Amino acid sequence: MAVPASTAARQPTIMATAIKVDRLRKVYGPTVALDGASHTFEAGQVHALVGKNGSGKSTMVKILNGAVQPTAGEIALFGAPVSFASPADAMAAGVVTVYQELSLVPYMSVLENVLLGRMPSRRMFGVERIDWAEARQRVEALLDEIGLDLDIDRPVSRYSVGQQQMIEIAKAYSLHPRLLLLDEPTSALAAKEVEMLFALIRRLKERGVTIIYISHRLAELFEIADTAVVLRDGQLVGSLDMKTATNQALIDLMFGDEAHAAIDRETTTSRGAPVLEVKGLTREGAFEDIDFTLHRGEVLGIAGMLGAGRTELMRAIFGADPLDRGEIILDGQPIDKPNPHLMTKLGLGYTPENRKEEGLIQFHPIRANLCMAALDRIAHGYWIHRRREAPHVNRQVDDLSIKIGHAEHAVSSLSGGNQQKVVIGNWLNIEPKVMFYDEPSRGVDVNAKRQIFQIIRDKARQGVAALFVSTELEELLDVCDRILVMRDGHLTGELDPLTATIQDLYGASMGTA
Amino acid sequence: MFIGTLFRRYPLEIILVILFVGLCFAAPGFFTVNNQLNVLRNITMQGIIAFGMTMVIVSGEIDLSVGSGVAFAGCLTAWITEFLGNLIGLPAAIAIACMVAIAVLFCLGYTTGKIRQVFNVPTFITTLAMLTVLFGAANLITGGFPITSFPYWYNFLGSGTLAGIPFPVFIFAAVFGLVYFLMNYTKFGRALYAVGGNLEAARLSGINVWRVKCLALGLTGVFTAISGILISSLILSGSASAARGWELDIISAVIIGGTSLFGGKGRIWGTLIGVLFLGIIVNGMTLLNVSEYWQYVVRGGLILGAVLLNQLIERLHED
Repeated sequence: MAVPASTAARQPTIMATAIKVDRLRKVYGPTVALDGASHTFEAGQVHALVGKNGSGKSTMVKILNGAVQPTAGEIALFGAPVSFASPADAMAAGVVTVYQELSLVPYMSVLENVLLGRMPSRRMFGVERIDWAEARQRVEALLDEIGLDLDIDRPVSRYSVGQQQMIEIAKAYSLHPRLLLLDEPTSALAAKEVEMLFALIRRLKERGVTIIYISHRLAELFEIADTAVVLRDGQLVGSLDMKTATNQALIDLMFGDEAHAAIDRETTTSRGAPVLEVKGLTREGAFEDIDFTLHRGEVLGIAGMLGAGRTELMRAIFGADPLDRGEIILDGQPIDKPNPHLMTKLGLGYTPENRKEEGLIQFHPIRANLCMAALDRIAHGYWIHRRREAPHVNRQVDDLSIKIGHAEHAVSSLSGGNQQKVVIGNWLNIEPKVMFYDEPSRGVDVNAKRQIFQIIRDKARQGVAALFVSTELEELLDVCDRILVMRDGHLTGELDPLTATIQDLYGASMGTA
Repeated sequence: MFIGTLFRRYPLEIILVILFVGLCFAAPGFFTVNNQLNVLRNITMQGIIAFGMTMVIVSGEIDLSVGSGVAFAGCLTAWITEFLGNLIGLPAAIAIACMVAIAVLFCLGYTTGKIRQVFNVPTFITTLAMLTVLFGAANLITGGFPITSFPYWYNFLGSGTLAGIPFPVFIFAAVFGLVYFLMNYTKFGRALYAVGGNLEAARLSGINVWRVKCLALGLTGVFTAISGILISSLILSGSASAARGWELDIISAVIIGGTSLFGGKGRIWGTLIGVLFLGIIVNGMTLLNVSEYWQYVVRGGLILGAVLLNQLIERLHED
């Protein structure tokens, strides 16, 4: 289907067309993810692909690398029409993707990881065996070429996340790509590592590789990208030359003139007494010097992009992960070393972001899942009374309108939205003073989402203070009384959801405002 | 239709009844009071431990050391009795010896859990090591020869009868009752299922997950010690070669009873059925003069068959 990629990759083809997409459309059931996007990506450049959540970015990437097939439209790679049936197909044509989740084998060496599944071999005494000398030479030459100084015998697990990301890119480069897709490569990296990564990307560009770069961090696009291609609601709304583009132009293009439609809710009443205070909270590598106060009846949002440290912060306060420094005062009581058992007793609830893995016991009955955190309340001393358990189950099923067949059915039989309500109900059964909601709307349909937000507001009115985290920043404007902005592990600002726009919020989270 | 539902809900119970009735006709001397009491006495020693093992497996762990644990507990009891008997008199010496054995095995089980918590060593490994260590320790205590320090009346615990029923059966029933209530009517029981079902979800729900696992392992240690004391009473000595290989019989009974080795799923009632099942099969085959080698083959097939049956029924439930 394509010419051998190796030779083409080494010759910088200035201003030729790398990939051209024409009226690309992708429909998933009733949802139109991509609605006739057309664009010409020039060769030898770094193209940033931007847009808010749900704009069609990831669909575009998946179509380009063969993970999904377009419903309609055409793709031409270096002038030749192509259609990829699988990622392997795309790879053979010189389109290689590096995802944000690393796909390295931790205990294998750099050498083995780069050549995983492609180890050179030769026959000796009639037996096929790995040619280690050839393998070493090949990987050393590769790392040399792209200017990476790594010990190829060291297991990758002993390198930092940033270095692992670069090993991943080296592995991709060893496949001789003509087009390299980088999906959120910097979301888990520290500032210094980002610099190193950019240097590597520039070297790849010099060697003629065309790069499509997806990132939530707008600020860094000005450093690394030549053009920005903007998607909005499945449509490709324009492209900007990054040399002349401004922040404002980029954000305007991303959001158009969409106004934020707020849901009905009571205007904020006077602020209650503080229930949770944290000072100087630090967990090395995750967040640093976090100070905030949460008040009774308040819903406090934390805005930020993936990897900003929001989940890590909540987990550390709840005691699920260790803390390095800082003070936590819950309900006037200083907490020395938080752990989930202690914090639950003190009236703090946490609905984790992965409800399937961390929030529920899938094959256990709905009843048991609703009474996990509140065991103390349904027991008298050591003994559990079934008579006391039933009201706890029924109350949450009624209050949160959880749609169930029977409370003894496995919780896995419920829809995503109802499962999320079970997770929340489990916590409401302890009659919490403070609730942490981590991505409560993930994988939940629109209707259930509304209901969940309503629950959060209703509980707040009854005095439950809440910390609310969502990647869908619009939701923060809907639900919160106050929004803190978190970026790279630091709290960088505060916004009032009644006056802030969605553009403000994204700008602050991405570091351009 | 009714029979189908009944079979789906109580498959093991029904098979057990069919087996029992079949053996009544087929095996001469099976359905006599003496033989039935004999079956009961034989299953109690392993059954007591199987109830503890059910808790351990439901919590997502395993204890492979119980066979050696029984021998070790018996030898320890005999040794302490021998040591203290002349100083404070036999009754007091035996009482102290039993309490020490129970305490030591509780601590060993608890420590196994702690090792899992602190060093993240799977209990499969720790208890495999303990299986060997305790066997060695039992032999060290006895010097390779049974310690015959017990008075004749001590024999009552293991082979005496009360109202015509072997005394160990009462202990067996008491342990069953205790574990039944623990697993079904206490916070500890609920936590046991939660911890085995999803450790992270249980931890994030504020359950003290390690305390639960450690206690389950510790309690199994206690039951192992009780079983060891009963055995030492039955054979009226502390013998290091007692109860070899029991761990597999016990785990088999738990698995036959429908408890999942992945944790989070299982019933103590099922384990009782599993224990009875194994006891009756072995007794029946012996009465029928089935060779010992064939008995092994049948018992192995039984384990596999029971697990497959459980899987099959689960699938039927899903449809």
